[in-house]
Amino acid sequence: MTENDKASSRPTVAERSSSAAIAVEHLVKIYKQTRAVDDISFSLPRGTITGLLGGNGAGKTTTIAMIMGLVLPTSGRVQVLGHRMPEESASVLGRMNFESPYVDMPMRLTVRQNLTVFGKLYAVKNLAGRVAELADDLDLTEFIDRANGKLSAGQKTRVALAKALINRPELLLLDEPTASLDPDTADWVRAHLERYRKDNNATILLASHNMLEVERLCDRVIIMKRGRIEDDDTPEAIMARYNRTTLEEVFLDVARGRVNGAKEAAR
Amino acid sequence: MTDITIHRGISPHRIGAMILRYWYLLLSSWPRLLELLYWPALQVITWGFIQYYIAENSNFFARAGGTLIGAVILWDILFRGQLGFSISFLEEMWARNIGNLMMSPLRPIEFLLSLMVMSLIRLAIGIIPMTLLALFMFHFNVYALGLPLIAFFCNLIFTSWSVGIFVSGLVLRNGLGAESIVWTLMFAILPLACVYYPVSVLPVWLQYVAWSLPPTYAFEGMRALLIENTFRADLMLEALAINAVLLVASFASFLALLRSAKRHGSLLSGGE
Repeated sequence: MTENDKASSRPTVAERSSSAAIAVEHLVKIYKQTRAVDDISFSLPRGTITGLLGGNGAGKTTTIAMIMGLVLPTSGRVQVLGHRMPEESASVLGRMNFESPYVDMPMRLTVRQNLTVFGKLYAVKNLAGRVAELADDLDLTEFIDRANGKLSAGQKTRVALAKALINRPELLLLDEPTASLDPDTADWVRAHLERYRKDNNATILLASHNMLEVERLCDRVIIMKRGRIEDDDTPEAIMARYNRTTLEEVFLDVARGRVNGAKEAAR
Repeated sequence: MTDITIHRGISPHRIGAMILRYWYLLLSSWPRLLELLYWPALQVITWGFIQYYIAENSNFFARAGGTLIGAVILWDILFRGQLGFSISFLEEMWARNIGNLMMSPLRPIEFLLSLMVMSLIRLAIGIIPMTLLALFMFHFNVYALGLPLIAFFCNLIFTSWSVGIFVSGLVLRNGLGAESIVWTLMFAILPLACVYYPVSVLPVWLQYVAWSLPPTYAFEGMRALLIENTFRADLMLEALAINAVLLVASFASFLALLRSAKRHGSLLSGGE
């Protein structure tokens, strides 16, 4: 095989992008003087769970918002499920969903009413059946006819997750999905997400400050700092590279600028 | 083509979902329902008695029976129509639900259409009892205006939607810090649209401004009908033409403000 043959057999950027669930190329977001996201590129294969890590202001939420089309990039490209965002958002919004602490479900509507409205927006077939299934899966039955505003923080998080799963999304974007949950419920939600990914070959991108959660759930970790990607690999490889036994220690190394020292010590 | 271009295939299903969402909200809160009735009723009672008092002391108003109370009802169609539109929109901002909607398959045009339907529903809840109060307390039957009433109503509601769409875009772009515009912008139209007096009262230069506003045509038309028993179809057609321009302009500015909100990240904050 000649070099030319080898080159032609490699997938092109366009081919990789079309098969990936998310493909981000040279993405930049500048708010006035602040570079919130500074020239990042990554591609997430379908059926994987990826953790987006970083301290406050690292650019995780802005990155997710640009992938969703809620924020327009200053430059760069985002492709979701083979479609350019935000230009072709109408083709993909029905196939993805999200949960974020930056949005709420209407407080005065009951859980059932909220899920019914969002189910109709996503044109879910057999909606009553799907709502019952989610209520059963996420243990919402006890309070399904209670107003969302009268639920505990943990119950609200489960309802938000039910909304995020209402359309059986191929791509799920989660921003702090287990924040404000007690350890038992958080563990139960993680198990549910793992099962959902396995059963549906779904892709999940998850921003979290919970390192144990990321270690348990994610095939891959992208660490961001000041809008740039600091590292991108499997949790095991990253921990090995920093000579650390937990992602929390790696996170602290990155956050406190001990990156080079830790990497050199590992070498 | 941008993400906020109108795509083909508006979905009645998604519009229905949004109407259902607002209907659930209305039914969940009796203060919301009561408020829809309270202000229009207060308005018609106050102005009804003023009309009585003036008519007893003025030959002109005795002849032009109902012009004041008719103006109040038409003004309420304009004002409550816009509030009905904008309050449904504000409910999404107050509930921090706008991100959920913008991330769903709901398109901007579908969102706006659902707000228009809600403004009609909210208006009907407030205005129908108001007109019945006017009939039974002050013997003013607005429905006796007949078909012209439909022309007045359509022109006023189209203007109210244009204003509603524009101010919703402003709130989307600037967050709830711009909420006061929702409540106050329509009052800037009140003196210029000549709700309670004819256009001829204004200085000549201000008359040009008045005639650029579609509601002016509806109020002049109502006075022509009540005082001279003449239906001015020409006024209604001119108003309709201006309304068409206003609706297109307001929709274009909503899309521009939505795009600006996405550029500035306002959809994530939504606060002040």
